Amino acid sequence: MSFITRGFSGRSHERDERLPPGQTLVHDFPVLSAGPTPEIDTAEWEFSITTETGGVHSWNWQQFMALPIDEVDTDIHCVTHWSKLGTSWRGISLDTLFENVETQYDYVMAHSYGGYTTNLALDDLLDGKAWIAFEFDGEPLDPEHGGPARLLVPHLYFWKSAKWVRGLVMMGEDEPGFWEQNGYHLHGDPWKEERYW
Amino acid sequence: MSDASTATATTATSEPARALAAVPRAGWHVATVAATRRETANAARLELEVDGWPGNAAGQHLDLRLTAPDGYTATRSYSIASSGSGTRVVLAVDRLPDGEVSPFLVNEVRVGDRLEVHGPLGAFFVWRPVDHGALRSAGDGAGGAASALRARPVQLIAGGSGIVPLFAMATAHAEARDLTPFRMLYSVRTPDDLFFAEELMALAATSDDFRLDLVYTRRTPDGWPNPAGRVTREALEGAVLPATERPIVYVCGSTGFVERVASWLIELGHDARDIRTERFGGI
Ligand SMILES: Cc1cc2nc3c(=O)[nH]c(=O)nc-3n(C[C@H](O)[C@H](O)[C@H](O)COP(=O)(O)OP(=O)(O)OC[C@H]3O[C@@H](n4cnc5c(N)ncnc54)[C@H](O)[C@@H]3O)c2cc1C
Repeated sequence: MSFITRGFSGRSHERDERLPPGQTLVHDFPVLSAGPTPEIDTAEWEFSITTETGGVHSWNWQQFMALPIDEVDTDIHCVTHWSKLGTSWRGISLDTLFENVETQYDYVMAHSYGGYTTNLALDDLLDGKAWIAFEFDGEPLDPEHGGPARLLVPHLYFWKSAKWVRGLVMMGEDEPGFWEQNGYHLHGDPWKEERYW
Repeated sequence: MSDASTATATTATSEPARALAAVPRAGWHVATVAATRRETANAARLELEVDGWPGNAAGQHLDLRLTAPDGYTATRSYSIASSGSGTRVVLAVDRLPDGEVSPFLVNEVRVGDRLEVHGPLGAFFVWRPVDHGALRSAGDGAGGAASALRARPVQLIAGGSGIVPLFAMATAHAEARDLTPFRMLYSVRTPDDLFFAEELMALAATSDDFRLDLVYTRRTPDGWPNPAGRVTREALEGAVLPATERPIVYVCGSTGFVERVASWLIELGHDARDIRTERFGGI
């Protein structure tokens, strides 16, 4: 139903093909959080994957850092209409973390320090699509951007890349997490503009 | 409000999703500019008549999309200064130098112009008074979580244009004659930069349950007791309901403002779960 806005010409009309619809390119790094930024000490940090049998796979910071590290160059897209192109990250692939995890379940709830949750399909996390990232642009990840470690699922809107992630819990059915209960889309594909539901 | 049932149907199995039922479903709407006025030297107030707007809760925002003749679009989020079941929606926009959208909204937009808006959005950064019939009728009531919030006092903390959603909350509070104690801390550059100056002064003057504290960061009015300067941790401690009263705290403004204030609130003993934030951007 789009119509022309009287008097509006806009800043740059070169539409970068890497930008999904409705996104604006930014060079800074905006912050979307619903509450204060938690401070998490890597000495106390732990990450776990919990399955339907109650099985728990967990890593402390040292164990985590001993895993094979991926360099990830990717574009990121936030539901609040900004995108950054060609960002560089370092993190552990979810394929690595799921290597010894046995599960029949297809969905995952990501849990964060501070209590936030977001839901994802396991298909969106495996096969080189997602990481637990701890470095951005060659620096340890800032707390306001999710440090010490956040989920990185760059093909979905960035709220799915749970900041301050501390664990994944397998689910039999898709259920909305914190952000989704507050109006964000269950899936969140930026190319389909799955922002809200 | 059949839309609300669509929203619940999507996740029929989920108990927490019921919180959404209290919020009208978001959609695209055509807004016609009904009135504009200068809010400050640098900001404008836009009153929109939004066709089919389902109403909104205090604190929600919308996405506004501008389209150029060649199809280029720019979309930004704006908080809503009004609340309730009507189709009038009030925005207040601060002009950022070199911004793409805000200078257009502040300087170019006139009465009669049409704009595309998507909303209402956000179900977390909201406040609901005790008797808000229009929104409650949407579903099964606001639910246990919301009624628990009501019993607690509310502290609002705004930096600059971050006042917009908090003004909606303060107004909703007054209009509902809600007895929840409200206290607002509002930080602005100079006395000329106050948004909703008259309305806020009137609220502070007429309501026993609303208290307003102002901080001027660059220039104070004559005879002001404190020197101009940013909100400090000490100032925050002095002007904010103490953690012992367990207030729900809403903080809104530029990202840097919100980060600073929220981390001080934690240091002052507030529980992170009681602090709700909206970051507008910038540093
Ligand atoms: C949920 C939400 C609600 C919002 N509500 C309001 C509102 O009620 N009123 C309002 O005026 N704005 C509000 N904003 C900010 C608004 O969405 C735009 O970011 C703002 O109007 C600037 O857009 P622009 O196109 O003019 O600037 P752009 O061209 O997008 O950016 C110009 C430059 O300014 C920086 N910048 C962006 N925002 C800020 C900021 N707040 N302070 C300092 N620098 C900044 C950008 O990083 C960029 O470098 C809200 C933002 C969010 C996320």
